Amino acid sequence: MHKKEIHTSEREVVIAVRQLYKSFGSNHVLRGVDLDVHQGENVVVLGRSGTGKSVLIKIIAGLLKQDSGKAVVLGEDVATLDRKALRNFRLKIGFSFQNSALYDSMTVRENLEFPLLRNSRNLGRTAVNKAVQDVLDDVGLLHTINQFPAELSGGQRKRIGIARTLIMRPSVMLYDEPTAGLDPITSVEINNLINEVQQRYNTSSIIITHDLTCAKATGDRMAVLLEGKFARMGSFEHVFETDDERINSFYDYNFID
Amino acid sequence: MNSKPRTYILSKKLDVFFGEVYNNVLFIGRFFSELGPPYEWKEIIRQCYMVGYKSLPLISVTSFVIGIVFTKQSRPSLSEFGAESWLPSLVAIAIFRALAPLVTALIAAGKVGSNIGAELGSMRVTEQIDAMEVSATNPFKFLVVSRVLATSFMLPVLMFYMAFISMIGAYLNILVNEDTSLVAFFVNALENISFLDFFSSLIKTIVFGFSIGIIGAYQGYNATQGTEGVGRAANAAVVTAMFVVFIEEIVAVQITNWFR
Ligand SMILES: Nc1ncnc2c1ncn2[C@@H]1O[C@H](COP(=O)(O)OP(=O)(O)OP(=O)(O)O)[C@@H](O)[C@H]1O
Ligand SMILES: [Mg+2]
Repeated sequence: MHKKEIHTSEREVVIAVRQLYKSFGSNHVLRGVDLDVHQGENVVVLGRSGTGKSVLIKIIAGLLKQDSGKAVVLGEDVATLDRKALRNFRLKIGFSFQNSALYDSMTVRENLEFPLLRNSRNLGRTAVNKAVQDVLDDVGLLHTINQFPAELSGGQRKRIGIARTLIMRPSVMLYDEPTAGLDPITSVEINNLINEVQQRYNTSSIIITHDLTCAKATGDRMAVLLEGKFARMGSFEHVFETDDERINSFYDYNFID
Repeated sequence: MNSKPRTYILSKKLDVFFGEVYNNVLFIGRFFSELGPPYEWKEIIRQCYMVGYKSLPLISVTSFVIGIVFTKQSRPSLSEFGAESWLPSLVAIAIFRALAPLVTALIAAGKVGSNIGAELGSMRVTEQIDAMEVSATNPFKFLVVSRVLATSFMLPVLMFYMAFISMIGAYLNILVNEDTSLVAFFVNALENISFLDFFSSLIKTIVFGFSIGIIGAYQGYNATQGTEGVGRAANAAVVTAMFVVFIEEIVAVQITNWFR
């Protein structure tokens, strides 16, 4: 079940978040977040609902702007990029949304082609078809190619959402609750997919989850978001070796036997 | 206690209003800055089809009824002066100059504007627009530019269609009272339609179409979180678009009168 340990600390830092602050009105969500993600590393972000996990990765992807602090990703200070630079930067980022965010009006094939056709305009029809089929094969859903998102199950939608980002071969992946609301078997399939992506393409990832099985299976390192900042970081065992009730209860509620 | 609640509320409302106007202007500016190539041809054509498909049935029925009713109601006043022979050109002028552009725009605001608001609004709140954004594509170009181009192009087409069907309705009503051929009716009717009438209605409906598209897109694109936001966007799209169409109609009448 446990991932084999990799020593990433001496590798290059791909995502460097420093003293990040973000509020919505009087709702102070992020209050001084620091985080390093190294090349080829899967970092799991744990935290209760509403602690700002989604907000954090949206800032990293440039979808939201922080009030202060910095998010430097692949050497770029994200908040300072203009529209064009941001688009170039995003070619290297994959973002899997909490609710999949598939395009309702398009089939699975059109969903997958959408970023590809617009970013690699000189790609021929056969190359596009092959890319679509390859990535669908990777997520095991080749048979859904002509279906609409409304016809898919939640787990299938999640996998198509991941496939849609993988088709651009990103070097950084941001997963927002990839296993939420899925049955245990599908969850394990998604966990395996996340690990396969890491190994095959050497991506660096942030994985947001409430699901400790997923955390244990995919994460090289855990980070617990508590009251606007990371309260604990390290291996799975290290993170939960604490007297802090707020962190332990998280563990207890996940494994009620 | 606050001693001047009244003035505060008024200025706050005005603040919101002008803020909204300002953001709309920025949105229009962005539309023109994103207008260049590469074009989303497939999506533009699909949207043109949707605009036509959405409003065609209602426009057909409405214009036919307008043609019949307007002609029927105008007859007594004209016959008082023994001027029934003017009926075709009176009807044609009313339809081409005023009725067809305005009614087409109002129907499109209700059918198409609300649809754009709801569609983009739901894409916003379900993060589909964000998903396009993070996949390094340009959702503004794909979603907004294509829809606004479609409404700007299709409204004149629908307006001419509406004018034509109304004239058919008018002809059928005239046929009840006197025996005229369709050709004679149209020749008689169109005699008094000038190039200015034709041209001003064309420009006017392009502006109406642009307004309906951009207002719907603005409301949807900026919908706030939650399904409630989708309904709000659709509703605001219709109300604002109708209001703007009326203002534009008044301005257009003034401008064309200078040229007459
Ligand atoms: N666009 C926004 N406007 C206003 N408030 C927002 C916005 N996005 C997030 N928030 C607020 O920020 C807080 C954190 O939201 P976020 O979605 O990051 O939580 P989360 O940790 O991802 O929770 P969950 O596990 O339920 O997904 C919430 O209180 C939310 O209401
Ligand atoms: Mg979240």
